Amino acid sequence: MSAIAASFTSLRFRRGLVVPLLVLVAWELITHYKLANVHLLASPTAVLKSFAVQAKEGELFSQLLASLRRDLSGFALGSLAGLLLGSAMGTSRVADRLFGPSFDAAKQVAVFAWIPLISVWFGNGEPAKVVFIGLAAFYPVVVNTYQGIRSVSREHVEVTRAFRFSRLQTFRKVALPAALPAIFSGLHLALIYAWLATLGAEYLLAPAPGIGNLMIDGRESMAMDKVLLGVILAGLIGFSLNAAAARVEAYFLRWRVRNA
Amino acid sequence: MAQVDLAYKITAADDAAADDAVDSAPVRRLAFYYRRLLGRGVGWIVPALTLTLWAVASRHEWVAPQILPAPAAVAQTLLEQIRSGDLFLNFGISLGRVAVGFTLGCVLGVVLGVSMGLSRRVEDYLSPIFNAISQVPVLGWLPLAMMVLGIGESLKFVIIAHASLVPVAINTLKGIRSVPRNYIEVAKAFQFSKRQLLRKVVFPATVPAIFVGLRYGLTQAWLSLVTVELLASSEGLGFMIVWGRQLFQLDLVLSAIIIVGVVGLLLDRGLARLERRLLRWQPVWDLTGGGT
Repeated sequence: MSAIAASFTSLRFRRGLVVPLLVLVAWELITHYKLANVHLLASPTAVLKSFAVQAKEGELFSQLLASLRRDLSGFALGSLAGLLLGSAMGTSRVADRLFGPSFDAAKQVAVFAWIPLISVWFGNGEPAKVVFIGLAAFYPVVVNTYQGIRSVSREHVEVTRAFRFSRLQTFRKVALPAALPAIFSGLHLALIYAWLATLGAEYLLAPAPGIGNLMIDGRESMAMDKVLLGVILAGLIGFSLNAAAARVEAYFLRWRVRNA
Repeated sequence: MAQVDLAYKITAADDAAADDAVDSAPVRRLAFYYRRLLGRGVGWIVPALTLTLWAVASRHEWVAPQILPAPAAVAQTLLEQIRSGDLFLNFGISLGRVAVGFTLGCVLGVVLGVSMGLSRRVEDYLSPIFNAISQVPVLGWLPLAMMVLGIGESLKFVIIAHASLVPVAINTLKGIRSVPRNYIEVAKAFQFSKRQLLRKVVFPATVPAIFVGLRYGLTQAWLSLVTVELLASSEGLGFMIVWGRQLFQLDLVLSAIIIVGVVGLLLDRGLARLERRLLRWQPVWDLTGGGT
């Protein structure tokens, strides 16, 4: 406990507080003394109030939930497809040669450029959003799964040959565990991209409850408190997803010998 | 054979060994053709099939042309766009935006990364707020930036700069932090001045990491440019896509998507080339790692 207390009073921690506090104070003062266009700039207290009001109405929670559900279903879809293609390309030379070049070509297109096309093919609603989020999550998972399986060490492969492992055994007992760290970093990246894509999908496709939508609405009605609230929430969710992914990763990779 | 055709880095020697293992000549010949088939040509099968299916589908109107235009129509639109100069106009505008925003982001990112890397004090002051800001996805800032900056050019510059700043700063910082201790000890043994230490040891050792950041930053910059243009623009490649979508001219949408892909590829390859050129003096390490 004392270590935690000490870290909160450390020089480092106090220094870290300086800039954010200065920003907050300057921001509050500017809005208080109307140094800038107050209609536009909401004060920190206004943001807090807006948070309290929205939280009490329960609206905020449902928006949050809607965004998260969308994000995670897209992530599940995309990463599952990515794992399949990535391991197919990693273990089979035929699959690699067949799909590799096409995949590399498709990967070059900035993922948001597909949105208008997706909206024609899948409509403007929820399915289109999930498909798009899935697409964003798909690429990093394929790349990392593929590279992970490909980087299995020669010695390990030779051992499996000596033991006459079947293809499935080789994959399950050697390739998969060896590729796991890379696969996890792919999934981690996918989670980050999926969240980015969730916001993008909410901006660009049909309005439906969600954090991105909250911000777009706020912007249209010039309610900056809503927009800022959205920014903070977007950051918090991104941060929590990140932290959760790191936890899960650490748990599943705990068998690894740490040498750092 | 079943194990042998697993794809783990099989070398020519392995292939030869596999051939020796198989005695009968026909099987060997078959294996030879099989391997030959696996050469470069195979990569074209999927695109060719897709294209054929696409062409047949639109010829027989299995799908309405508004939903899936014929490949020929896309090619024609692409050529038309090139001929009329519209494409180059929009392309130039997009590229200009990336150039300004990316340069801005890189300069700020390197300055921030270097100053945080060299001074513990600067890092203490800035890293918490930097971390907080970088936790919010680039797109999270977009509505706020649109309110404050409007939807003019400055919005694009700021968003693109921000998108490239974060990875550049993080990688620069990491690079400086990971300069091997013994390099610094050698420099100390030679009684390098602080300036010499920075110029001869720290910066050269940091350049590869900075390049990783730059490449990642450029990808992010291009991604955010397209998004900003989709959302708030009246020119540029992203706008071409939105415009085509509104007119239900998917041939225009698809040709713009192709251009977006080609430009993304060229930007990345260009930077990779520059990187190899600048780092010629270095033994080759693959620092790019995974990810897109």
